[in-house]
Amino acid sequence: MRKYLVAIGAIAIAAGAVSAANAADKVKACFVYTGPHNDGGWSQQHDEARLAVEKHFGDKVETAYVENVPEGPDAERAIERLARSGCNIIFTTSFGFMDPTLKVAAKFPKVKFEHDAGYKMAENVSIYNMRWYEGRYVQGQIAAKMSKTGVAGYIVSFPIPEVVMGIDAFMLGAQSVNPDFKVKIVWANTWFDPGKEADAAKALIDQGADIIVQHTDSPAAMQIAEERGLHAFGQSADMSKFGPKAHLASLIDNWTPYYIERVQAVLDGTWKSTDTWEGMKADFVLLQPLQNMPDDVKAMAEDTIKKIESGELQVFKGPITKQDGTIGIPAGTVADDKTLLGLNWYVKGIDDKLPQ
Amino acid sequence: MTMLEGILLTIVTAATPLLFAALGELVAERAGVLNLGVEGMMAVGAVCGFAACNMTGMPLMGALAGIAAGMLAAGLFGVVALFFVANQNATGVALTLFGLGLSALIGDAFVGIPGVAVPRVNIPYLSDLPVVGRLVFGEDPFVYVAIALAIGVWWFLFKTRAGLILRSVGDNHNSAHALGFSVFRTRFLAVLFGGACAGLGGAYLSLVYTPQWTQAMTAGRGWIALALVVFASWLPGRLVIGALLFGAVSILQLHAQAIGVGIPSQFLSMLPYIVTIVALVLISRNRALLSVNTPACLGRPFVPDV
Repeated sequence: MRKYLVAIGAIAIAAGAVSAANAADKVKACFVYTGPHNDGGWSQQHDEARLAVEKHFGDKVETAYVENVPEGPDAERAIERLARSGCNIIFTTSFGFMDPTLKVAAKFPKVKFEHDAGYKMAENVSIYNMRWYEGRYVQGQIAAKMSKTGVAGYIVSFPIPEVVMGIDAFMLGAQSVNPDFKVKIVWANTWFDPGKEADAAKALIDQGADIIVQHTDSPAAMQIAEERGLHAFGQSADMSKFGPKAHLASLIDNWTPYYIERVQAVLDGTWKSTDTWEGMKADFVLLQPLQNMPDDVKAMAEDTIKKIESGELQVFKGPITKQDGTIGIPAGTVADDKTLLGLNWYVKGIDDKLPQ
Repeated sequence: MTMLEGILLTIVTAATPLLFAALGELVAERAGVLNLGVEGMMAVGAVCGFAACNMTGMPLMGALAGIAAGMLAAGLFGVVALFFVANQNATGVALTLFGLGLSALIGDAFVGIPGVAVPRVNIPYLSDLPVVGRLVFGEDPFVYVAIALAIGVWWFLFKTRAGLILRSVGDNHNSAHALGFSVFRTRFLAVLFGGACAGLGGAYLSLVYTPQWTQAMTAGRGWIALALVVFASWLPGRLVIGALLFGAVSILQLHAQAIGVGIPSQFLSMLPYIVTIVALVLISRNRALLSVNTPACLGRPFVPDV
């Protein structure tokens, strides 16, 4: 046994000598979730990517996670505990973990940190996020094709740029198919309250919407659409089980490619602090499975996805007019990331007042 | 279905879980026990109801399991707060935290599974009547149970001898004790009833309202039920009004948003709370009536001096 270990050590040293100097032979990757690991949405998608990392690397990677961590100061303790327990790379998967992540990162310069959805970086803190709006654009096109009333109902959480970006992209997609398409918007002022989300869906349907889109987390709205014989899009995870006939497609967060790439970088010793914001091209954002729609609608959606992936189609390419008629993005220019990350206006045609 | 019909149906659905939980708490408080664990009992009822319905395929089993789970949780509260005379407020809050945690643990295997649909009542001809058809004759069975329960609670409290004893225990436990009534037994039974109702209210959420289980799906409804009891000045009739009013404003604010009235949504989200409190305070402004109906021994521990 001892000989065996020595042999492995020798190989590891030899391998280390030829590759990067600080390559690791075993990595402990840790994750901090804001919700339960099986919340059926946001945190679950992160956890599935964690399991995919385990499967991909086998013995070379050990993982651990802490769930139900409240955003804010409490998070600091949770992250610090992981850092002390020997994690080499820690993924903190919620916007509110931003400052706690940076604080802990300053204390543990050798540990790599990856913060999702934030904007502050450091030598050992990377940031990463998804361009969901690309998927929202395709949803808008599908909705405009599928809707009989020409009205979609959109259930939203909070008026942050991420959400506004989604609404605008959805509307731009819908308008590319039907310029007169209408979107009714209800702010639930919560990410998660199945009862309220169901009530919002019922209210929107009673007012004539026949397609439900959501930027909240529970599958309650999908169930209402199913009950009323209408259509809906799922959020974060595949929600087709909750609406076998209603489900058109779910906007799925696929963190697996990113997590594998970053853990690999730690293994290789090539990890650097980076800023990643990717969408459909990198398979981060998936719109799947396209179902309960005629073949021509499905073909259109697939075609649009291809164009987005190739860069031929840019969602926020001018001319885009704001709700009040002024120019949002001038003709011929594509909104840069900074503009998008601070987006606080609706595109023309949206019949709602954006809460400020 | 017309829009008005849709709105009215949705309001009834929104009010029902609150009504269940609040009616139970009303009886417990009338007996003098303040159980702040409603949210926890609802959560346990929701998860056990969903689990039982999922395993048997029968919503009735789900409802019964919800009731049983709520009673078990309430029994725990009863033992700690009544038998061992621990502080009721602290015990109640602990029960809420415990219930939310326990329900998450039990529910782990049931996340992400759609529930079994509970069929609505369908009476030939009557359920098809315009406007009132669905509303009066075509609700889900739970709604009728909730209405019957409200009438039953009123009748029990104000028309029966047992109800009179229960209220006397809540008003002056020393006198009730001196008259030979068992304060402990009355209160324990009242707490169990409260647990059964909260459990049923929770089961309504996971079986009918949104047929699924997700952690913390009660989303504060237990606390709203608690507030309703106080603002309804411990009267079942006002409780029905309060629950319907709260349901109505929560639904109408969503409609106002969808129409696009231009009022900030944060303000609209507050409306159900403001309107319900203001309305119930207004109808309760008769001080004499209020003092008669407030259980004087509410939240006070009882230790018989043997």
